[in-house]
Amino acid sequence: MINHYETVFIVTPVLSAEQAKETVEKFKKMLQENEAKIVNEEHWGLKKLAYPIQKKSTGFYQLFQYEAEGDFIAKLELAFKRDERIMRFLTVKLDKHAVEYAKKRIEKRKSSAKAEK
Amino acid sequence: MAENSSEIRYLNPPAIDVKKEKYCRFKKNRIKYIDFKDPDFLLQFVNEQGKLLPRRITGTSLKYQRKVSQAVKRARHLGLMPYVADLLK
Repeated sequence: MINHYETVFIVTPVLSAEQAKETVEKFKKMLQENEAKIVNEEHWGLKKLAYPIQKKSTGFYQLFQYEAEGDFIAKLELAFKRDERIMRFLTVKLDKHAVEYAKKRIEKRKSSAKAEK
Repeated sequence: MAENSSEIRYLNPPAIDVKKEKYCRFKKNRIKYIDFKDPDFLLQFVNEQGKLLPRRITGTSLKYQRKVSQAVKRARHLGLMPYVADLLK
């Protein structure tokens, strides 16, 4: 049964820029291999954490919003647990209100991005 | 002379005892989903120490108070909001 999911994860800041990008690519590839349709992808970059996680006070935030099978999530979370470059991750199932909110959020970000240019 | 000095009359009565009608802001502006990703909206439901405000203060209905608490807990998990803070606002 295809559901909508949204995963946010934090990559340790210790890595160099391209290592962080490479971690993100690794999970993106994993999503695409398991025919998960990526609806939206956001990179918030280096952000300050509200409290130190693993003795670090900043982290690269990355968001994936996708549609996938239910059983795929267990595999994805196992991969997150195994990868020590990921400090923290959170996968959330989106109900219809959440999906509608996410759509509005994408347009808002696009229009604000366009406004900045 | 003495009695009107004791009985103070105001031009417009001070609104101390009149109760401002509390309402659930989610029902009023028909917000259906509370996003855990934008902490500055969630800060309105948290006191200075970062603890969740009770319904009797914010006036939100039970259904949305649960959604707010879940969103705040998710934001805390992701480090977007602190578990314990001082003078957060």
